[in-house]
Amino acid sequence: MRWLLLLAALAAAGPRIAAAQPRMPPQAVAQPRSGTQDMSRELQAMQADDSANPGMLWVQEGEALFHRAEGRVQKACADCHASLTGVAARYPAWDDRSAAPMDLAGRIQHCRTEHQQATPLAREGEPLLALSAFVAGQSRGLPLAPPEDSRLAPALARGEALFRQRRGQLNLSCAQCHEDRAGLRLGSALIPEGHANGYPQYRLEWQALGSLQRRLRNCMVGVRATAPAFGAAEYVEIELYLARRGAGLAVEAPAVRP
Amino acid sequence: MMSSARCVLALLALLLAPPAWAQGDAARGRAIVTTRQKGLCLLCHYGPFPEERFQGNLAPSLAGAGRRWDAAALRARITDSQGLNPDSIMPSYGVTDRLRDVAPAFRGKPILTEAEIEDVVAFLLTLTADE
Repeated sequence: MRWLLLLAALAAAGPRIAAAQPRMPPQAVAQPRSGTQDMSRELQAMQADDSANPGMLWVQEGEALFHRAEGRVQKACADCHASLTGVAARYPAWDDRSAAPMDLAGRIQHCRTEHQQATPLAREGEPLLALSAFVAGQSRGLPLAPPEDSRLAPALARGEALFRQRRGQLNLSCAQCHEDRAGLRLGSALIPEGHANGYPQYRLEWQALGSLQRRLRNCMVGVRATAPAFGAAEYVEIELYLARRGAGLAVEAPAVRP
Repeated sequence: MMSSARCVLALLALLLAPPAWAQGDAARGRAIVTTRQKGLCLLCHYGPFPEERFQGNLAPSLAGAGRRWDAAALRARITDSQGLNPDSIMPSYGVTDRLRDVAPAFRGKPILTEAEIEDVVAFLLTLTADE
């Protein structure tokens, strides 16, 4: 009965609110919906136009870094990697050496310290974001294709559990908004399904390019929860689950978001 | 002259008596409800606040709340919504246990104090008209 009242209230409140009635929760996200579809035409155009997409500045910077000799061995990424087409679409992936899942930034970092024997880059610093954007950009348009790797299963399960875990003073889980209430409005913000296909991405809110971990951190701070340090295993586990959940979505990195 | 036992009993009776709720202030309550960083209410709810842009639609309108609920029901729902319905996304504004990974700045603190909840109750009681 209260539900009917709510629907009636929504309908009575005018087209702005009525247009965003609750949808059935997409349990398995059978048809994941990219946040791009719910952006304004202007933002969609900005994302699609390489000369207007601010994220391309990081891609260009990343390309330069990719070709620069680094570290004790003075090798450039490009000395080993000709093309990385499709690679970002398969991350996070299992890393044998650390026997743990690794996200794309972690992999770049690993290559840098192991193969270039260079000092590690700061996790959310500009050079690592730029390299990530350059590598991820080479998967643009390709479907997110998380690896079928049984070694990832425990971390994947932990990632889903973290996604559904209520946390913080406001006691909310990722799923309660991004699964159960996607399409509704939290204040001014349209709640997206929260897919991982656009990272690193340029957010107008940040006025900068940022990683998926930064975005996860934003929500954790928003619900007044402790947020692990960048690079923490918990983030990679959530990233792993998000990749699975959004499998098939076209990679949009570097995406533009409000 | 009261014996010490009777003194203790009298003190206990005082402690166990139901709290006399201080009268809330509706104007202060309105400020709490409409302040995004304080009450957070309009992130999810909408209502008769024409000056407030971008109200949420995750939760029912607050219009008519004062007609649908009395003070005790409002107080109970604000203080511990999830105690009444574990699946509710409405935070339990007066509860500090049953939470996990609370950021240090907020640890052990309710979202609103008892006095602030009374202010919000007093304000919501004034919302008797359906929008």
